[in-house]
Amino acid sequence: MFWQIDLAILTLVVVTAVASLMVKDLLGAAILFGAYSFLMCLLWSIMGAVDVAFTEASVGAGVSSVFFVAAVFRTSRRTKD
Amino acid sequence: MNMAELIPALIAKYNYWIYITLMMIGLYAMIAKNNLVKKIVGMNIFQTAIILYYVSIGVKKGATIPISAGGHGAAHEAVHAADYLNPLPHVLMLTAIVVGVATLGVALALCLRIYNRYNTLEEDEILAQIRKK
Amino acid sequence: MKIIGLIITIVTGAFLVYAAADFPAWADPNSPASTYLSPYFIENSMKDTSVPNFVTSLLADYRGFDTMFETTVIFTAGLVCFILLRISGRKEPETSHYRHVLTGVTVTLKEGRKIPASEDFERIDDLWTPPDLIIKTGCRLMIPFIQLFGLYVIAHGHSSPGGGFQGGVILGASIILLAISHDLRTALERMREKVVAILCPVGVAIYAGTGTLCLLLGVNFLDYSALASVLHVDPIAARSHGIFMVEIGVGIAVMTTMIWIYNNISSAGKYNQGL
Repeated sequence: MFWQIDLAILTLVVVTAVASLMVKDLLGAAILFGAYSFLMCLLWSIMGAVDVAFTEASVGAGVSSVFFVAAVFRTSRRTKD
Repeated sequence: MNMAELIPALIAKYNYWIYITLMMIGLYAMIAKNNLVKKIVGMNIFQTAIILYYVSIGVKKGATIPISAGGHGAAHEAVHAADYLNPLPHVLMLTAIVVGVATLGVALALCLRIYNRYNTLEEDEILAQIRKK
Repeated sequence: MKIIGLIITIVTGAFLVYAAADFPAWADPNSPASTYLSPYFIENSMKDTSVPNFVTSLLADYRGFDTMFETTVIFTAGLVCFILLRISGRKEPETSHYRHVLTGVTVTLKEGRKIPASEDFERIDDLWTPPDLIIKTGCRLMIPFIQLFGLYVIAHGHSSPGGGFQGGVILGASIILLAISHDLRTALERMREKVVAILCPVGVAIYAGTGTLCLLLGVNFLDYSALASVLHVDPIAARSHGIFMVEIGVGIAVMTTMIWIYNNISSAGKYNQGL
């Protein structure tokens, strides 16, 4: 039961990381980055690192996504890259 | 090393290959992407992948989370090191995560200043504007 | 640039894969990382400091010097954001928008003119939408409980997962929620710019001040057992209380830095309108 969850969440982590770098809309990249952070937090909870998971949940999936959205709001939203 | 013992060795360490893949995704994004915000996202992916790699060193088979099971009143019972996870990587990586978000704030502030000055966030357009001066 | 990036990435990846072949097996209890220093910390943490959470006692007591400089780094990052964005060379004339509450007419004033605060006109942002009752009321009800939870996380860092960093970020996120759901100006009324900017180094000073207090009492810097004479408890409980004091300092510093960076980024330094 253990390694199946591990492998599934690791695959999802790689998928969200690649997706957040490929979309052409910067707001979508910011939100996908928040999802990537949250999946990392789940991985660390499985490994037993509860303090690290707590910090990543509040910092990565919370405050860091808000910083990205605020910065995208002040600059342009589309990119050709 | 013949093939019969290579395949189980490859499968047993599948975690490490995926961590290295994540790190290389982040490194490639930092070098090759044109947009500045995507470079910053790549930097954060690299950071969290390294933190994942480090925390995975502290895992022990059959051990529980690094909080003492007895609570406050158990100061006189013996604590066995094999029962608890290694807390040292957790401590170092707590520092790394919070410093990472502070660095993210500074990087985004620099992006805002660059946008105010050059009115674009694409790297090739900024370089063309600088070279025309 | 993409070809160079691909070559560099593949070469580095090949090196890392070659090095990972030497790694110990997954979750091995006898790996070198788990047998060198950590058995000492796990076995003696309860005896020395009476704090059940090994990560907190390691962070604030055994490796307390590290954490103090990390708090300084966080404060420096907030300061850099402030210097980069708040102090601008150009003085542009500002246009402000006001809305007459009863009739809904919008008035635009150019070149920095303002209407003094009155009941008929309210100040609105560039991208204005009608105020949503559900979001405003829901967030107003939730914010005190979020702050209470943040304080709980700081105070219970000793016996459950938590501590100064997590609690500080949660407290900062509650003020950011106020700024997002209402207005940046509403959040700035609650927590002014000067208060935020002064509380940030106060948090760092609480941490360094605890260490200096131990120095003045005659022992090493950040050796909390000297606080036993000030607090009238035995040295082991004094270390536990010392850890709590520095966690409060860390929590205050992290909270104000998150609020500071958000204020500066979302208003691009001008502090007149936000997200």
